[in-house]
Amino acid sequence: MTTAASQQADVQKEESMLLQKAMIGANFDALSTAHEEGKKVSSTFVPGNLNELLMCFDFVRNLPEINALQSAMRKKSGGYVMEAERSGHSEDVCSYVKSDLGMMAKGQLGPTGKPLPTPDVLLLSYTGCFTFMKWFELVRDQYDCETAMLHVPYQADGKITDNMRDFVVMQLKEQVIPTLERVSGVKFDIDRLRENLRESAKAEDDLVWVLQSAKNRPSPIDAYFGGIYYCGPIFSAFRGSKEATAYYVALRKEVADRIEQGLGPVTPEGVMDEERIRLVVEGPPNWTHFRDFWKMFYDEGAVVVASSYTKVGGVYDYGFRHDPDNPIETLADYCLGCYTNHSLPARVDMLCDYMEEYNADGFLNNSIKSCNSFSAGQLLMLREIEERTGKPAGFIETDLVDPRYFSPANVKNRLESYFQMIEQKKARGDSRTAA
Amino acid sequence: MALENIVERCQDLYEDLDFTSVRAWKEAGANRKVIGHMPVYVPRELIHAAGMLPVGILGGGDQLDVIHGDAYYQSYICRIPRSTIELAITGRLDCLDGMLFPSTCDVIRNLSGMWQLKFQDKLIRYFDVPQNFHRDIGGVFYTRELQGFRDALSDLAGHEISDDDIRASIDLYNKNRQVIAELYAYRSAEPWQVPTPEVYLLMRAGMLLPVDEHTQLVHDYIAAAKAVERPVRDNCRVVINGLFCEQPPLGLLKSIEMAGCYVVDDDFMLVARWLLHEVPMDGDPIHNLSDAFITYSSETSCKYVPNKKDKGKYLVDSVRRSGAEGVIFASPSFCDPALLDRPMLQNALAAHGIPYTAFKFAENSGQLQPIREQAGTFADSIKLWSAA
Repeated sequence: MTTAASQQADVQKEESMLLQKAMIGANFDALSTAHEEGKKVSSTFVPGNLNELLMCFDFVRNLPEINALQSAMRKKSGGYVMEAERSGHSEDVCSYVKSDLGMMAKGQLGPTGKPLPTPDVLLLSYTGCFTFMKWFELVRDQYDCETAMLHVPYQADGKITDNMRDFVVMQLKEQVIPTLERVSGVKFDIDRLRENLRESAKAEDDLVWVLQSAKNRPSPIDAYFGGIYYCGPIFSAFRGSKEATAYYVALRKEVADRIEQGLGPVTPEGVMDEERIRLVVEGPPNWTHFRDFWKMFYDEGAVVVASSYTKVGGVYDYGFRHDPDNPIETLADYCLGCYTNHSLPARVDMLCDYMEEYNADGFLNNSIKSCNSFSAGQLLMLREIEERTGKPAGFIETDLVDPRYFSPANVKNRLESYFQMIEQKKARGDSRTAA
Repeated sequence: MALENIVERCQDLYEDLDFTSVRAWKEAGANRKVIGHMPVYVPRELIHAAGMLPVGILGGGDQLDVIHGDAYYQSYICRIPRSTIELAITGRLDCLDGMLFPSTCDVIRNLSGMWQLKFQDKLIRYFDVPQNFHRDIGGVFYTRELQGFRDALSDLAGHEISDDDIRASIDLYNKNRQVIAELYAYRSAEPWQVPTPEVYLLMRAGMLLPVDEHTQLVHDYIAAAKAVERPVRDNCRVVINGLFCEQPPLGLLKSIEMAGCYVVDDDFMLVARWLLHEVPMDGDPIHNLSDAFITYSSETSCKYVPNKKDKGKYLVDSVRRSGAEGVIFASPSFCDPALLDRPMLQNALAAHGIPYTAFKFAENSGQLQPIREQAGTFADSIKLWSAA
């Protein structure tokens, strides 16, 4: 592939990507005019995102993580992070938080350049990440709006207990829903929730089909870089909406066509020619150099066939679907089941399953400075996975939205060495050879 | 016991990374068991009621050469988990029959999973405390969690833990909380008599000793400290904040006092001061422990504050109660709770006109001169402001 092709004008996009771009753009537009139009605005996080519930109250839905990553992809987050640090936030803490706070300090313009409204309610779904709790305390400090706190217990022993589920359900019924009713002025209608959940389940079926299409050879998708696009609607302001369902129907058809034609994933430079290396990747991506980062993979014929990050907003490939017959309980199970709410042993099991099921050649860990929820323990996970699967494992370090922590030369160098190692092992026909 | 002997004993316990006193306790009786716990809070009463010894595991400090532990953690993760892993891998924690990981932060949470992967023969429990402080919601959840913990301890002990066992333990820990409150009140009133490095060592001893022994030790210390007269220095009075998990090197605390600051309140070993009043002895003891947590537990950066107006109030109250003139934020590097919370706490102090300064440390920080200079400048500036 030519380097010229990597320039913006030549970037190739799938139809579904264009569809999603329009959806995201429309949501930012809706956010910018929400208060003028008399609508209320909610803010919440991707893991434990109760989008179906928020839709019941007609909130226009804002997700600060999405704002931060969108700002990073538009090269804006670096300035926001430094702005937050200038105002006293430590260089050691999460760059999503600092990007969000810096954006607020610099006039609260969203990634598309349009103003973001002050939220009317913060739905603090404390799911799988300690930082979320402090993040919304910090945001609350600035906005002075209501906060609905939902504490989601951690699945430390690899299972959801009745006590955990009851606790989440109780909070939803006794506190979260009444707060959302009060702030929105809309009475809760459980049938409306059921309808939204029905839509979610349809989209989830299609998403799982798309993600599992990577079991094909060649894989018709990249389940990390491409997978992030595929998860976009379901992780953000759209799960439970008819437009999300339509998006996933279109996406599924697109991927089915590629399988039929024996095509690989679509990259920013077109369809990948040759699949040489199949990887499972753990950890979030870097957003500030997203395309450069992806290019380091597809230039070497490396395709990601499964990733943990595409499970951060919900683990669906082990069978969970939102259940309209048990609407509140299913919201609890959804939150409890998000990837970073799983114990380390459960995460290791899941990643080993992926290595096997997706016939991967190697396991790569992208360790993120900002994200202790993901990162703490990853070096042990790496060893465990290498030992259990016998496949080579690699480790790189980047950050979410702080461009100072993406070192292109180092990352590329490490990746190239790692890919060479995999190819040498493959050439020798090695399998389960780890000491 | 003479003051210097008490301090020396505490210093010996502090420096003993082989947990000799714990091993001795274990060997002194048949089938004795020891449960380790990380900061910040676990209900030690239940461990004690099971006939076991709760032991605070607080990392390796500045005395441990971390060789293996660094291989488990990236450079941007705090120091306490890597030195704790080092303690375990080098066999120093073999005396533990179980390990508890409270819901302090994501690093301690994930350390529970690492323990599950590496030390499968032990009782390993992530101890999730509620961030919802309504009796009928968070209280119900926590009561059931406590009951589950009690059952797990019963299984390990091989016998039931009766309500009366728990009540007896609550009584002992109430007495311990009471004597620690006396110690803190005494230091606040006459900080020249109670140097903070000594308070720290006494509190650390409480992480290793049986509770009744520690209670007696603190009583003895107070009596011994009152029996001597120490010189009053022209120091300012400060509260230090941020030391609730990763531990400061002892030299850091000495540096702060040598720089001209009397520490009159702190957040050391919060497990011993978490419950702010006596836990009732009558009624259901599990319910009482749960209710104490929900309704009158301490505040720290690991805890959610439901109302914006209450954010930082505990620190302002601590300053007012102890007559402090300023706050020193000493936060461990890469500590999410402390560092994310700090700007909000600083705002709360600023709103009340309370001066503060902030720096970071690691448990093995060796260069303390910059901290001493910063603390000294802070003390000087407080005195100048006071004079004006």
